[in-house]
Amino acid sequence: MMKSKADEEDYWNSSKYNAFTFDDADDELSALKETKKAVNSIGPLLAEDGEEDWERVSWSGEPVGSISWSVKEMAASNQRADREPAFPKISTETPSLGKSQSGISLSSLFKGKPKGGNLQTFNDVLGDPSLRLYTPELRKPKSEYKDLVSDWSAEETVQRLQQGKGVTLEKFRSLQDKLLLLDLAVAAHDGNAITAVLIYLKRTLCKGASLRWFCCRRLNVTFSPFGFFCSEVLFRELESRQTALRHFIHYLTENREQRLLLELLRALGRTEEAALLQYKDYKNIADENKRRDFLKSCLSLQFGGEDGNHVQDHYTLLERQIIIEAADRKAEREGKLEVFQKFPRKASILNMPLITTLYYCCFYHYNEPEGTFSSPLNVRQTFKISEKQYFTTALAARAKLKNWTDVDAMFNSRNWLGFSKKKSPLSFQRVVDILQKNSAPTRVLQEYVGLVSDAELRIGLAQKHKCHDIVINTYRDMKDRQQLAEYRKKVERGSAEERKIDELLSNQQIRWKN
Amino acid sequence: MAHSARRDSPELPDLSLLKRLVRDQLIYLLEQQHEVDKLYKVEHKPIVSISDQICFLIRPRMQTVKWICDVVNADKAAGKFRRYKIIFTPQKFYACEAVLEEQGVFGDVTTDEWAFYLLPLDEDIISLELPEFFRDNFLAGDQRWVRTAGSALHLLHSLFGPFSKVYGIGRCSKMTYESWREQVEQGEQKARHAEIGNVFLIDRDVDFVTPLCSQVVYEGLVDDIFRIKCGCVEFGPEVTSSDKSIKVMLNSQDKVFNEIRNEHFSNVFGFLSQKARNLQTAYDKRRGMDIQQMKTFVSEELKGLKQEHRLLSLHISASESIMKKKTKQDFQELLKTEHCLLEGFEIRECISFIEEHINRQVSMIESLRLLCLLSVTENALCVIRSVSCAGFRQSYGADHLLTFSNLRQLGLLVEQQPGETLTVMESKVGKLVNDRTAVKLTDAFSSLAKKSHFRALSKKLNLVPKSDEEYDLRVPRDMAYIFSGAYIPLSCKIIEQVLERDGWTGLEEVTRLINGHEFAVTGKIPGKFLRIILVMFLGGCTFSEISALRFLGKERGYKFIVVTTAITNSSRLLEALLDNNV
Repeated sequence: MMKSKADEEDYWNSSKYNAFTFDDADDELSALKETKKAVNSIGPLLAEDGEEDWERVSWSGEPVGSISWSVKEMAASNQRADREPAFPKISTETPSLGKSQSGISLSSLFKGKPKGGNLQTFNDVLGDPSLRLYTPELRKPKSEYKDLVSDWSAEETVQRLQQGKGVTLEKFRSLQDKLLLLDLAVAAHDGNAITAVLIYLKRTLCKGASLRWFCCRRLNVTFSPFGFFCSEVLFRELESRQTALRHFIHYLTENREQRLLLELLRALGRTEEAALLQYKDYKNIADENKRRDFLKSCLSLQFGGEDGNHVQDHYTLLERQIIIEAADRKAEREGKLEVFQKFPRKASILNMPLITTLYYCCFYHYNEPEGTFSSPLNVRQTFKISEKQYFTTALAARAKLKNWTDVDAMFNSRNWLGFSKKKSPLSFQRVVDILQKNSAPTRVLQEYVGLVSDAELRIGLAQKHKCHDIVINTYRDMKDRQQLAEYRKKVERGSAEERKIDELLSNQQIRWKN
Repeated sequence: MAHSARRDSPELPDLSLLKRLVRDQLIYLLEQQHEVDKLYKVEHKPIVSISDQICFLIRPRMQTVKWICDVVNADKAAGKFRRYKIIFTPQKFYACEAVLEEQGVFGDVTTDEWAFYLLPLDEDIISLELPEFFRDNFLAGDQRWVRTAGSALHLLHSLFGPFSKVYGIGRCSKMTYESWREQVEQGEQKARHAEIGNVFLIDRDVDFVTPLCSQVVYEGLVDDIFRIKCGCVEFGPEVTSSDKSIKVMLNSQDKVFNEIRNEHFSNVFGFLSQKARNLQTAYDKRRGMDIQQMKTFVSEELKGLKQEHRLLSLHISASESIMKKKTKQDFQELLKTEHCLLEGFEIRECISFIEEHINRQVSMIESLRLLCLLSVTENALCVIRSVSCAGFRQSYGADHLLTFSNLRQLGLLVEQQPGETLTVMESKVGKLVNDRTAVKLTDAFSSLAKKSHFRALSKKLNLVPKSDEEYDLRVPRDMAYIFSGAYIPLSCKIIEQVLERDGWTGLEEVTRLINGHEFAVTGKIPGKFLRIILVMFLGGCTFSEISALRFLGKERGYKFIVVTTAITNSSRLLEALLDNNV
């Protein structure tokens, strides 16, 4: 089966296209030969005895002798000799099936039809003289083999499906036959085959989806005058076949057959999934008003668990964003409000997450009375935002504006026992982090670093943000003379900090621990 | 690695054979069969070409086929007549052909296949480059890739087999095994010298914990931060310190990379600076050379040294860039939280850390990763408050309702509704239902939330080393080094145990907790016990896991070849479950 030398040269000379430059072009030929040799040495691809001549038929329509052919055939060769399997079968828990009706007969394999009705390659195959030798039956006129095609049993059909070969499913017309086909495909664990059978089932069992198909085929299907949905038959059968059902759902999803999918989910009583599927459609609606109306219509759907509340929130949020956006766009255009001039809006607030919206409100509408839609407090109230969450967002927004008075006030107002101590629902370490990320000056940072209760952590932060006073005071409180002396080396020569350290070190009243 | 490999570890087979095979196939297919001279990337837009024949080389995805149908129909409407060919790789699906038929272009478009299954990324890594395998198989429950995986295994079997033993765990593994076995039976047997002895098949859903952890070995970190694609990484301007990005192949050919890829990041700088010193010494040699010596030096050594120099500076800048990025995101604290979750310590603090993370709208994927890690490690024991999930949606957008539904379905994130706790009653009922029924139930409704038993598994398999002992990362004592000594990856530990015991005996409790589907079969053709083991991850594996297996191999004198449907990491895993792609 090695191509003759002449053939090979012919190929290389006649090819008017340059080879792909994977590597060195010069290497190509030798590499190809080498690979070919390797491929050929893998196994005796060409059986010596005449009995197995039929093996040389290329079902995929590639001329025998091509590398691609040989590799593929190696993988899916059709020899079914009676010999002991090399590896044992393990149970994969699938419905048990009736015994195979018949094994594959040699002749049945010849009644092959080229894959996918690819006539072009089919003719190519016929044109290949090497094939004529081995495939007498393929040379028969098309009309002759056509009516033989449907001779395959369900088992053989599924096997061919698995191997990616052309099949005709039309002969499986009774529901039983169809379901047998489906069960066999499921038992073979081949998703491709399962889906192939399902597509056929859908075409022949669902009325709406396949009107065109019915017209073409003119099958004897009784259409019930009472609006009976044929798909119910399919749905019912799928319900007891979970694997097939999952494949069907996935196929419909990928093929974007929303209607049928919804119908299926509802018929199965999976209303929560159906609700989510319907809700998901909002993504395809660009116009914000239409999207809001759509979300409103979703509120009546049967969501599972908390999902309903979230959809409600989603709707309320978008409704509010539309109001805020309209007002702010106007305000920005009129140029009346200073904050919009100083910090022009980067993007519209529409369709932003809730927290982004809250941040936006804290940024542009911080001091508005609680009654307005854009007031942060109102947003917080409506969406039941936790105190911590609200605090984090407001802090970041006010810090971004460098409004340190507001920042300061946030901590004070928390404490209603007389404003003596700063309190925060957030750890002060985190507060420092947020402030620092919004480039707060050392003066501001210092205040909050000092409030970190853990001494080690405080020193770490103070050193990181160069709050010398805090470092010095903490070492003093810890009575750690050595560390203080060490720190003296890090501060600037002749600075106030250095003097302070010197003062402390010479202070006789401190009882240093080291 | 600080200590040397065992002497008796075998040589790996030459995987480059695979590459040559598929390349030649493609050249053959395109040139001879279809006379292709130009390739275009398929996008959803009209094709500007004067050619009257167009060939598409695509993955069998319905969406892509639909795009092509649009192109064909647009051409038809414009009165253009062309011939179209779709080459599906690695195989075509009937569903794709059905699309052609439905769109009325079947016949105008002909199809073919390019059986490209395996891409060797390195001398011990082969990828199927099928990232969609994970979502299709585990989320949608679509088994379309099972046969593909079986065929890939079959190809390896015919090139490097016959295999003598096959172990596996997971539903998909079992099906893949069956598909492979059938293909072997249908094919012919040939006696050849086996180069791969044992095969281990493992489903990704056996272990979700490992891919959810932050990676800290060099290769994994590079993947987490820069994203390695097909063994290639693009370093941006921040690494190259110029305005251009460069693409670099990362594999064992890169001598510098090869030495640091499996190292814990904390050792990498040490290695690199040692390397730099060596390089300096090598350069210094030329001092005091005479002309002749200099000539030899320039012709023989200089090129290699320069190459090494280039690679060295590249990896140093990459490491610097990694350091910068990680410091910015408080990596230390993040790791601490992860380790606490793995250990089951201070869960309350972990939850508040995660909540804060969410509140501040820091990276969405990171937040999701932490939430999932919390869920799969803690499961029912701890209250994953709906609050934090609600907070998540507030922070990152309402559409994550769908993401959460996906995560729930996969058992990655089980939300506990307010007020709901696991009552004594419930757990009693759980025990009453015997295991057999439980297994059947989970099979029937595998779309229902699965429970993870990480804590119990961790105890059983000693996945978390005792924290009171100092762990020297420079001299790793077990696979835990890949996670700073905090956790031995579950997937790799299972592989280690099964190989050690030569089967699943003694691991019954473990397999029960993982939800079974384990198997171990011996082939009829008795093979020598070969120390080359093929590990096939169905649904993806991480670089950290590969590093762990390399370590295990060195310890035990095995050589592992990893076959994976795709290289994954926490971001890829979670992004596959976001709901913006379908």
